[in-house]
Amino acid sequence: MDLAVAIIVTVVTAATPLLIAAIGELVVERSGVLNLGVEGMMVIGAVVAFATAQTTGDPYIGILGGIAAGAFLSLLFAVLTLTLVTNQVATGLALTLLGLGMSGAIGEGYVGIPGIKLQAIEIPLLSDIPFFGDILFKQDIIVYLSFALVAGVTWFLFRTRAGLTLRSVGDSQNSAHTLGIGVIRIRYLAVLFGGACAGLAGAQLSLAYTPQWVENMTAGRGWIALALVVFASWRPLRVIVGAYLFGAVTIGQLHAQALGFGIPSQFLSALPYLATMIVLVIISRDRRLTLVNTPASLGQPFVPDR
Amino acid sequence: MGRDTESSKSGETAAGRLRTGDLLLQAHGITKRFGDILANDKVSIDLRAGEIHALLGENGAGKSTLVKILYGALEPNGGTLSWNGQQVAISSPAEARKLGIGMVFQHFSLFEALTVTENIALALPGRLSLRDLADKIRRVSADYGLPLDPGAIVADLPVGIRQRIEIVRCLLQEPKLIIMDEPTSVLTPQESDQLFETLKRLTDEGCAILYISHRLEEVQRICHHATIMRHGKVVMECDPALETPASLARMMVGADIKDITREASSATEGEDRLAIVDLSAPADGPFSVPLKSIHLQVKAGEVVAIAGIAGNGQGELFDVISGERLSDRADAVLIDGAPVGRKGINARRRAGAAYVPEERLGHGAVPGLKLSENIILTRHATRDGLVLSGFLDRGKAEELEKKLKADFDVRMSHDNPEARSLSGGNLQKFVVGRELDRNPGVLVINQPTWGVDAGAAASIRQQLIDLARAGSAVLVISQDLDEIFEIADRIAVISRGELSAAEAAEKMTRERIGLLMGGHAGEAGKAAEGRATHAA
Repeated sequence: MDLAVAIIVTVVTAATPLLIAAIGELVVERSGVLNLGVEGMMVIGAVVAFATAQTTGDPYIGILGGIAAGAFLSLLFAVLTLTLVTNQVATGLALTLLGLGMSGAIGEGYVGIPGIKLQAIEIPLLSDIPFFGDILFKQDIIVYLSFALVAGVTWFLFRTRAGLTLRSVGDSQNSAHTLGIGVIRIRYLAVLFGGACAGLAGAQLSLAYTPQWVENMTAGRGWIALALVVFASWRPLRVIVGAYLFGAVTIGQLHAQALGFGIPSQFLSALPYLATMIVLVIISRDRRLTLVNTPASLGQPFVPDR
Repeated sequence: MGRDTESSKSGETAAGRLRTGDLLLQAHGITKRFGDILANDKVSIDLRAGEIHALLGENGAGKSTLVKILYGALEPNGGTLSWNGQQVAISSPAEARKLGIGMVFQHFSLFEALTVTENIALALPGRLSLRDLADKIRRVSADYGLPLDPGAIVADLPVGIRQRIEIVRCLLQEPKLIIMDEPTSVLTPQESDQLFETLKRLTDEGCAILYISHRLEEVQRICHHATIMRHGKVVMECDPALETPASLARMMVGADIKDITREASSATEGEDRLAIVDLSAPADGPFSVPLKSIHLQVKAGEVVAIAGIAGNGQGELFDVISGERLSDRADAVLIDGAPVGRKGINARRRAGAAYVPEERLGHGAVPGLKLSENIILTRHATRDGLVLSGFLDRGKAEELEKKLKADFDVRMSHDNPEARSLSGGNLQKFVVGRELDRNPGVLVINQPTWGVDAGAAASIRQQLIDLARAGSAVLVISQDLDEIFEIADRIAVISRGELSAAEAAEKMTRERIGLLMGGHAGEAGKAAEGRATHAA
């Protein structure tokens, strides 16, 4: 029983950064912008969060530092793609390379230093519930934030006027412009939100998942988050399914490797990717729903004629 | 009235009904420049309450530019606008809506992935509850005879209904002026009549309507006043009730439009050049229409037209005939008796067929390629000598481009431009000319004159008839009934993926086609019988 709880808790920790980065990118893509720089924003978030926490001695200020760093990098992306109308795919890829390079330079002096781990916050009463209390209500603040984010984004996108406006911009930028909706302004805000989320996801890696700084510590999680958004057909609740499935198989295969079932370890390492893809492909079989949820102007440059 | 230079020169008088409505929106001396081109040159127009005001002109005459300026979507370079006598600057569509100006767009400004209610909510100001709005939509739309299901997703709806959403969205803003850009081009005759009823009711309530249409009969029937534009200038104002469609067309073009001449076809005993035999095809996407057991023969020497409201399977049928989509059986499509149902589009072109799709920019021509390159795209595999052992003969393609430019009067600012720089009407002349130049044995053309002005449309139609009379088979898919009656020897109607039997054009009436379009084959049959007994 205790072992099961321990394993599930690690699953939550592994899934949280993916969930946060993916939910941020989901908002960006719903507004019609494709930011492939998630990996770069995440890794910058991780190193800046670690450095800020070390300098101030407070991991919570570290979190804020990570968020700010991710948002700053996304602002650069927004200026390039939205104001200067550069190609979104190329700019996003460049952003990833920039983030990886910059994080190496910033983090040079922090390699090998033990980090400050975010402490779990026990929620009174709820954490006393057997089993679930241990899994869900004795976590650090970023895990709680991740759930708040999914709930908040779902509510925002589908229950508020601002969310409707954002979705309309992603569906048809020209129609939105004709109706007098400020396409560029909305996209700026969405991109900044996505950057902040990626920064937060990075902070979770260097302050909670493995409290230390290792170069390139995101290890492709930004790309997984991007894939999750597409496979989840741009729906927030499905992102949870994808992120947790990925986390679960990641942890599961680690234990399987330790037990040594005679399965090649390379295959086991590939398993999380494979399993996530298969499951998300299966749940997005309904082509009509997928089509309705796909932001039709995704990645298209927008230049209003005036 | 008739306060115009050109009208006095040509001696035309344009006296008409006295315009009594209050002056609502007045535009004076509006000028708009795009680069070197003057799209609007000192344009003045005044719109009055209770009046349907037609705005007429050829493609590229500057109508859309003017309308966008009135709606705040474009900024003029000069000129003034006054609303109820007060000078105003309309700097955005939101501002226009605040004043009370609503617009129904030609190219729908709807969001396909959103519901009807969400689409309408986006255009309304302030806080609102979607549930209350849904009730209101249901009520108002039924009240005006344009019923809507507020929960439906736009992507699932046919164009006629989408048009309704645009109109109801506009009505809910309670506008004092409604601008309508080609509202009837996607409607059945019955739907158009319904729309005219709604317009009449709106003007009775004191609303002003600015109405853009290429359908001059319609303008003459419902409009109280008309402003005619040519090359960016207002050339004439008149009362359309005192004009004929031909005189209106003459004012638009500045010259007489040649009547289309059509000798009777002698095709009754001709051989089938294109035959479609029991063709069925499942829907190939969530928003596509399945085709159900379609039979059709087009003989040498005749023009057969397929009428129908957009989204009833025309695009799917075109794809299967052209080979963009293969049929299940080779003998479902026959060109000159040869089964080609399992062959691709190039094989069918080599068999003597040519195709002009509906969407000219993006499907019929690649926007970023030069015209000569676009010629190679449809003719590289047709033994026209444009490709020699795998290499393109660009010189020859450029010669062909010059020939098309001359033969089909394609107007362009400089030689061999990119396809996207041509205006809609000119590009249409180019894509049609490219195929006609091959002198195809079978021509299948979808929406030959969509958005093309009267002069260019007449020349395209004449060329289609001439091609048929020279021994080819021509199949035209169109939503424009005037066009169909002008050129077709036989007419079939497509509705929800089913095609009615093609019948001689003389035996068809608008009413009957309208019923067939709506899928009321039974009633249409009765209407025909009724007429027959009446005639007897």
